Amino acid sequence: MKKINSNKVFDAVNIAILVLITFTMLYPLYFVIIASFSDPQAVATGQVVLWVKKFSTESYTEILKDNRIWTGYRNSIIYTCCNVVMSMTMTLLAAYALSKKYLRFRTAITFFFFLTMYIGGGMLPAYIQIKNMGLLNKPYTLIALCGFSVYNMIIARTFFTNTIDASLFEAAEIDGASEIQKFLRIAFPLSKPIIAVLSLYYAVSSWNSYFTGMLYLSNSSYFPLQVVIKNILIDGQTMLGGLDFGEMTEEQVKFYLHRLQLVESMKYSVIFIASLPMLIAYPFVQKHFVKGVMIGSVKG
Amino acid sequence: MNGKKQGALIKSLKKCWPLYLMILPAALYVLIYSYGPMYGLQIAFKDYSARKGIWGSDWVGLKHFIRLLKHPNLLGMIKNTLAITLYSFCTFPVTIIFALMLNELRQKKFKKTVQMISYIPHFLSTVVVCSMITLFFHPRFGVINTVITTLGGTAQDFLANPDYFVELFVWSSVWQGVGFGSVIYTAALSSVSTELIEAATIDGANRLQIIWHVNIPHIMPTVVIGLILRCGNLLSVGFEKTFLLQNDLNLSVSQVISTYEYEVGVVGGQFSYSTAIGLLNSIVSVIMITIVNSIAKRVSGSGIW
Repeated sequence: MKKINSNKVFDAVNIAILVLITFTMLYPLYFVIIASFSDPQAVATGQVVLWVKKFSTESYTEILKDNRIWTGYRNSIIYTCCNVVMSMTMTLLAAYALSKKYLRFRTAITFFFFLTMYIGGGMLPAYIQIKNMGLLNKPYTLIALCGFSVYNMIIARTFFTNTIDASLFEAAEIDGASEIQKFLRIAFPLSKPIIAVLSLYYAVSSWNSYFTGMLYLSNSSYFPLQVVIKNILIDGQTMLGGLDFGEMTEEQVKFYLHRLQLVESMKYSVIFIASLPMLIAYPFVQKHFVKGVMIGSVKG
Repeated sequence: MNGKKQGALIKSLKKCWPLYLMILPAALYVLIYSYGPMYGLQIAFKDYSARKGIWGSDWVGLKHFIRLLKHPNLLGMIKNTLAITLYSFCTFPVTIIFALMLNELRQKKFKKTVQMISYIPHFLSTVVVCSMITLFFHPRFGVINTVITTLGGTAQDFLANPDYFVELFVWSSVWQGVGFGSVIYTAALSSVSTELIEAATIDGANRLQIIWHVNIPHIMPTVVIGLILRCGNLLSVGFEKTFLLQNDLNLSVSQVISTYEYEVGVVGGQFSYSTAIGLLNSIVSVIMITIVNSIAKRVSGSGIW
């Protein structure tokens, strides 16, 4: 009798804490959405806490006029697509080759890759390298730096070694297939799960990265979205044209105040717009992500 | 004999050349973007000038390191770096506890919902998370202060107050990472043998005792792997977020070695000095991993190496 009771208490406490945690997880995201759809004045004066106050899409219409955000959006889409294709090609090819036990100097080559995961040259030597190669501030800078990751390559290699039956390759070899044929006809079709997972890893990291863009680009028409929103949201670059502080009538002061409040609620809209692609993709991809973590954690 | 060996080598190279070709793109990428900068590290011991290039610049020995060691705030920066990194690291049990709690849920639908929601923050970029922090904790417009004042407290400027910086930094990372980080533990927990749990129940163990004596030992190997993965990230995560949350008022706790490296090198244009700072940062990182390893050894009985 006592045991049943203590079990019930345990369950109740557990559920209560998890509900609280879930609320904490969700509330910031929820708040961004309700704040972006509320009247700017209501947001600025703290009336928006739990639900939308005076529904308004003013901040969105204002953002639609802002070219920087759309340029950033377009750039980020281009960069992300190119980066995923390039990185995936490098990753799969190298992973396939390194999964072959008969590859001469396999250990040495693996070490050559591994080492870069733990030591690096640092910020300035990397900057000099990019500069010397003439890659500074070019429209293709962020495409050339596609973000190939040794860690992901190791995950793919683990997948090839553990999941694909070696006898398949042996049979193909007896039939006279070359390495390229074996890769294209056997390894590639059988590795759909890992291709999905790693493409997603690359896409998310490319879409979300800002520092490379900030470091190597100075022309704002090449900026990826994250750099644009960093400039707007963190450095507080104004999203509206210059304001004339000269003589202002009461009407103008009112207008000025409204614009100021608008700037604040536009920030929420920018966050929402910038995260939208990932949030839309999320329900579809989350099961793949979990799979990726699992493969990654049994790395050999 | 020797000739035979050579013949075998040539034969296997002949067989493998398509494989080498397949490795080539990735190898070139790593060579250019990882090993290239490592070659450039030598400018930490030189006075780099763009005109003379990396090789041609004059050697100056330890000049930049001596200058750095004489920096009045060097100890402060090292302390800040250690504080942020080690505090972040110490929050790792949160993820495990979260997974253990999820595992106790009987309602499958509720469990699935909690998991789904908890993964979402993982997909947000550092810029977005930092923007959310600055917006929510804004002294006048922020929703946190709205709630505080409604409840009768006084509004705080959290981001300008050095007391709150590390807490904000660390707990926002926990918020972002706890759900996704728990995936590997949840998976590990799903393979706990039900017979073992039944046996423990018959012996009169309560739920907490089962968690402590059955579930936790079962996921210990996964915990060690989790620590290894965390260690790999330890070196890189800090900079971007610190840099984005930094402002003049919280500089006393937010100036870490890597942000100083950025400030001196990229903003100030002192290439060699900045590289020396970066090298020092790597050394501190190695020390930190060693500390973490010894903690891991003490906690789990087996270390990373």
